[in-house]
Amino acid sequence: MPMSATEIETLIRTALPDAHVSVEDLAGDGDHYAARIVSESFRGRSRIQQHQMVFSALGGRMGGALHALALQTSIPE
Amino acid sequence: MSETAANARIEREITANPVMLYMKGTAMFPQCGFSARVVQILTHLGVKFATANVLEDADLRDGIKNFSQWPTIPQLYVKGEFVGGCDIITEMFQSGELETLLAEKGVEHTAQA
Repeated sequence: MPMSATEIETLIRTALPDAHVSVEDLAGDGDHYAARIVSESFRGRSRIQQHQMVFSALGGRMGGALHALALQTSIPE
Repeated sequence: MSETAANARIEREITANPVMLYMKGTAMFPQCGFSARVVQILTHLGVKFATANVLEDADLRDGIKNFSQWPTIPQLYVKGEFVGGCDIITEMFQSGELETLLAEKGVEHTAQA
């Protein structure tokens, strides 16, 4: 069952309450997404760790229900 | 192949190959757009790299995800260290960090980014 952009945003915001999240449905098929996440909680962490924080927010769906979610994480400027 | 065997295989491969890419398909015939993009970046940089096709081996496909605690393919390893998946490699390539990393790790590459 594909996930909606709103569901993805909600999951991420629940785990990272300060995060600015924007999710784009790339192909309009509810299956290929790109998410940009800006959060202070990423500070001091490597990109790998930042992405792992998002994976954990998505509760194991990454690579499963979400097989095509491109991620870009950054720290607020 | 058990999980232990998969881990042993991964340890062996990332030690033997300075640049090792776990991907879907092969460098010549990638079977996923994300894998294809990483192949394209490495080729563009003129890096010699080895690949393993996770679609040929379900234990490897699960094993590599456990090994790195990373749920998606492709996965790139440089000198035994996990560098990232498609998004991180793309970002690092665009910012020039990937070339810097390769140079720091002493990996030969021919092209200028």
